[in-house]
Amino acid sequence: MQQRLLNVLTRRSLVAHEGASELSEENAVVAQNVGKIYGTGAAAFTALGDISIAIRKGEFFTLLGPSGCGKTTLLRCIAGFETPTSGAILLGGRDITGVPPNQRPVNTVFQSYALFPHLTVAENVGFGLKMQGKSKAEIDAAVERVLALVKLEPFATRLPAQLSGGQQQRVALARALAPEPEVLLLDEPLSALDLKLRKAMQVELKRLQTETGITFIFVTHDQEEALTMSDRIGVMSAGALLQVGSPHEIYEKPVNRFVADFIGETNFIEGEASAAGVEIAPGVVLPVTGHGGPVTLAVRPEQVRIEEPGAGLEAEVKEAVYMGTDTHYTLALAGGPQVVARVQSSAGPEPRVGDKVGVTIDAQSVQVLSE
Amino acid sequence: MRKAFDVTTLPGFTFIAITAFVLLYAPIVTLVIYSFNGGNSVNLWGGFSLKWYAEAAGNEAVQGAAIRSFIIAISASGIATTVATMAALGTTRRGKFKGQTAIYIMINQPLMVPEIVTAVALLIFFSSIKIATGYSGLGYLIIAHAAFCVPFAYLPIRARLEGMDLTMETAAADLYATPWKTFRYVTLPILMPGVIAGAMLAFVISLDDVIITEFVKSAGQDTLPTYMLGQLRRALTPEVNAISTALLALTVVILTAFFLITRKRD
Repeated sequence: MQQRLLNVLTRRSLVAHEGASELSEENAVVAQNVGKIYGTGAAAFTALGDISIAIRKGEFFTLLGPSGCGKTTLLRCIAGFETPTSGAILLGGRDITGVPPNQRPVNTVFQSYALFPHLTVAENVGFGLKMQGKSKAEIDAAVERVLALVKLEPFATRLPAQLSGGQQQRVALARALAPEPEVLLLDEPLSALDLKLRKAMQVELKRLQTETGITFIFVTHDQEEALTMSDRIGVMSAGALLQVGSPHEIYEKPVNRFVADFIGETNFIEGEASAAGVEIAPGVVLPVTGHGGPVTLAVRPEQVRIEEPGAGLEAEVKEAVYMGTDTHYTLALAGGPQVVARVQSSAGPEPRVGDKVGVTIDAQSVQVLSE
Repeated sequence: MRKAFDVTTLPGFTFIAITAFVLLYAPIVTLVIYSFNGGNSVNLWGGFSLKWYAEAAGNEAVQGAAIRSFIIAISASGIATTVATMAALGTTRRGKFKGQTAIYIMINQPLMVPEIVTAVALLIFFSSIKIATGYSGLGYLIIAHAAFCVPFAYLPIRARLEGMDLTMETAAADLYATPWKTFRYVTLPILMPGVIAGAMLAFVISLDDVIITEFVKSAGQDTLPTYMLGQLRRALTPEVNAISTALLALTVVILTAFFLITRKRD
């Protein structure tokens, strides 16, 4: 494991130097113009439309999007459970588009776990190695090592039905990790767990990924999960890949309104761009560079600051919602739109509903969205 | 507050329930008691004795019929269970397809068509084969029994498969199992309680069949039920009770074994 981890680290630095071209050997999985259409004629449904993506070796990559966006279909195409209607899937530079799932060095953690109910935890974990024809000694050693990795050694002889949901989840992980796949696919594996357990498993998954150095492709509709765990995120909607980037890039520089809306909370402000900036209300101009003509601005609530009356833009507090650590204020800008500001609860004076306040928006943080 | 509907509060509930149980079990209890009769009558008590069991066990005709019954029941339930398992896999381990309902009806045909019709049809069909080939062994009875046992084996197997998550097979394929190994190590073991239930049902149904056996059998191919039917035409002795009681005991043992096996597995 240690050696493998070192390999991954050196590989990563290489990637940083060379940049990742599509055919580079440093890519674990490459999808080239992958399309998937179910049905024919009038009943045809496009689940994936021309997806191209390169996932680097050793990275934690998340496919993020609402249900029905095609993220699971893409995952199933990589696993081999679905055959793309068009395009190709490369694994470590090799075309595996037509290869059946049992011949792909890729393992999946299923949403429903899909543990074999008639086999013990140890037999479940050793299943992949047994099917590969490994010797009993090898299987036993690997099972022991992987069970230790997910901290389940005392449960080796139990049946899945005798375990809690969180433990079953870890067995599913161990079973997929045991054959040391090149890529581990995770299909919304945390969605059946309660919030506290989910948080703990997020940390656990990240730790496992770093310790094993295996490429993780994680599918989720939970933007927070994606932001906290991923090296890079691919945001999908309606069978299309909208943006690929680090959590920081996705959050700070969303490419369009869908991404900005899906990741975190965002104020959308319509305006008219000119040389001076963007006019969001008669006479109210934000010093932001636009392309000219009507544009949409995306502003995160934490970037809207409430000041003393007279400073910045003039506004009135319409609503104040106390959320524990934060308070959300809905502010009506004079002659213009409403924006939401998020303010840390104990940070200074707390304006009340009806108060006149000043509002400043950091022009640096404003995103001008293409639509 | 109004009480929810409860069937036990209906007038006559207890009376009807007791009557039904008495009608179901009193004749069987009588039959078992008279199998231990020391006398020669099936309804006049002549003291306790095991003589009719000894008589039945020593009767060569009973021995022959018993051996034949078991050969037929074991072979027929084996064939029927295999066929039913394949049919159940074919009808559940894939998406909906055209003609699915028609196939269900065709598989379950023996449950709906009057047995006498099947019996006559098989008689005519087999007699022409007998003339053509000259073969007149137990094969006809085995095939006939296998045919009407299929739906009895099919129903519990299909029920088990329908409750089984399709991702099991997907997961096995993901973990490097070939389609055959997936079946061998995942599908079949999970399916096993259903298969055992199906096999046992088929076995009991075959063991107990009279109508089709009576029509299809050649001379000297009596099974236990047809032998007992034949005895009715002569003097009826408690030997018939003894054989029936033995069959009853066997059924109880099989069902208990099945119950214990399936409970352990789940």
